[in-house]
Amino acid sequence: MLRKLLDKQGKAFEKGGKFEKLYPLYEAMDTFLYTPGDTAKKPSFVRDAVDLKRMMFTVVIAMTPAILLGIYNAGLQANMAIDAGLSQLDNWQMALVQMLGIGFDPANIIACFVHGLVYYLPILIVTFAVGGFWEVLFAAVRKHEVNEGFFVTGMLIPMLVPPTIPLWQVAVATSFGIVIGKEVFGGVGFNILNPALTARAFLFFAYPGEISGNSVWVAVDGFSSATPLALAAEQGMSALTQDPHLWYNAFMGYIPGSLGETSVAACLIGAFILIVTGVASWRIMLSVVIGAFAMSSLLNLVGSDTNPMMAVPFQWHLVVGGFAFGTVFMATDPVTAPVSNTARVIYGFLIGVLVILVRSVNPAYPEGMMLSILLMNVFAPLIDYYVVKAHKKKRMARYVG
Amino acid sequence: MLEHYISLSVKAVFIENMALAFFLGMCSFLAVSRKVDTAVGLGIAVTFVLTVTMPLNSIIYRAFLASGAMAWIHPSLANLDLSFLSFLTFIGTIAAVVQIVEMTLDKYVPVLYSALGVFLPLIAVNCAILGASLFMVERSYTPGESLVFGFGSGIGWLLAIAALAAIRERLRFNNIPSGLRGLGITFIITGLMAIAFMAFAGIQL
Repeated sequence: MLRKLLDKQGKAFEKGGKFEKLYPLYEAMDTFLYTPGDTAKKPSFVRDAVDLKRMMFTVVIAMTPAILLGIYNAGLQANMAIDAGLSQLDNWQMALVQMLGIGFDPANIIACFVHGLVYYLPILIVTFAVGGFWEVLFAAVRKHEVNEGFFVTGMLIPMLVPPTIPLWQVAVATSFGIVIGKEVFGGVGFNILNPALTARAFLFFAYPGEISGNSVWVAVDGFSSATPLALAAEQGMSALTQDPHLWYNAFMGYIPGSLGETSVAACLIGAFILIVTGVASWRIMLSVVIGAFAMSSLLNLVGSDTNPMMAVPFQWHLVVGGFAFGTVFMATDPVTAPVSNTARVIYGFLIGVLVILVRSVNPAYPEGMMLSILLMNVFAPLIDYYVVKAHKKKRMARYVG
Repeated sequence: MLEHYISLSVKAVFIENMALAFFLGMCSFLAVSRKVDTAVGLGIAVTFVLTVTMPLNSIIYRAFLASGAMAWIHPSLANLDLSFLSFLTFIGTIAAVVQIVEMTLDKYVPVLYSALGVFLPLIAVNCAILGASLFMVERSYTPGESLVFGFGSGIGWLLAIAALAAIRERLRFNNIPSGLRGLGITFIITGLMAIAFMAFAGIQL
């Protein structure tokens, strides 16, 4: 039935039809719901069924555990604070939860989930509306197709921001990420920086008050709750080891943080899916972890009297902040990562080293994941260039010399 | 002492990157970044010129130009302040060093010489190089410090232009909107690179 409806409407969108300009929108709907019926008309022909659409969809599936846990955790954190006697935020999200009559019981899983959802959903809707607008506009004017790459970007952006972020900022950041980060380079597959990270970095530098600091992570009025990473930066390891359950909580994701990044467990499930399906490169993930391990061990060894971050051991770096999320979903982005395997290992290793370095020695940013991935995105083509060049030289020496 | 020099060079390479934190040396940064090999060649030339001119200028400034610097020649010169001549002198030193680099390249690496074209003599007016000398005066670096700082800024500039060139080589087959092709997209890339380099902004060494 849906097929018939689409076919009937399709005529209006084809060349000469009423909505010719909006063809990309129709095309996107159509191919999203069905496998397109048209075949390749000229070489090259590829018989493998894995196309961009399926890859992107696998990524979305892999992200689902992190999203669900993130939503639950956002609600949990807020409900726990309310339970402790803090006043609720005076906004429409609160009014909505009250209207639903579920209450704010932190022990009630559904209440937490709904509470998280009222923050997550508006951000998601704004991201998709604004991002979709730009995507369709560019597709219509430049006559290319709307691509699933946007779907992943649109899922990623809400996961990277704190739950209390003003929605207009989400709109501005999404516009920046999609237009400057991707569309001006020619669309999906041509960008040099990860669009979602570009959007996050834009927010970070343009509106630092709403995206960093201690008061933004929990959606409750006047509740200031530092992320464990910020705690470690301010008070040192003793702040982390005080609570014996904190490591487990951080591993599972029950800590304040951005919407999707807190749970290492969920990211591991995602990593498993991505590696088994072959969508993301295990070399990158592994080398990021190795790089971080090497750098944090080195800094532990060197030590410092004035900088408590130097003493944070590796297993803590692993569970706090966006390390796991960035490693699994951001660093492995096939477009912005290098192409050759050797280059990927170097790239991942340097990301790992940089994350720990920025976390430890840069007092301005407690979190280094976003910026280190962006920085290595910048250098990815250069690493590729020299790896290819070295490879050519080796083969020349073997066969010609 | 060594630790001080290391932190100074790290600062010059990453935190105060000439191209991406101060946007100095933009003309050749944008114009000679089409191919990685040429870009790296220019980067090495800039690094060399910076490493030589910075300590030279530092010595000249300390011995002749700074207020009262010439007292060592004759006590009656102790009140002389020639620092208004520093721009002229610095440019003179830089031009002389560039001339030497140019003649050397012409003789020994003619491929690079012809690839760099007009931009080689233009190093003489590369703002990154004069800028580094002026930073030296402003922050009163010793000759040793200016050697390290000059080398570090050169390496930082080299890294930036090589990364930009590799990105532009990758973008060659992109379907970039026609109005943005060429310099337009290069400016946007430079801006995005600068955002990424802000990872280092604020590090205290």
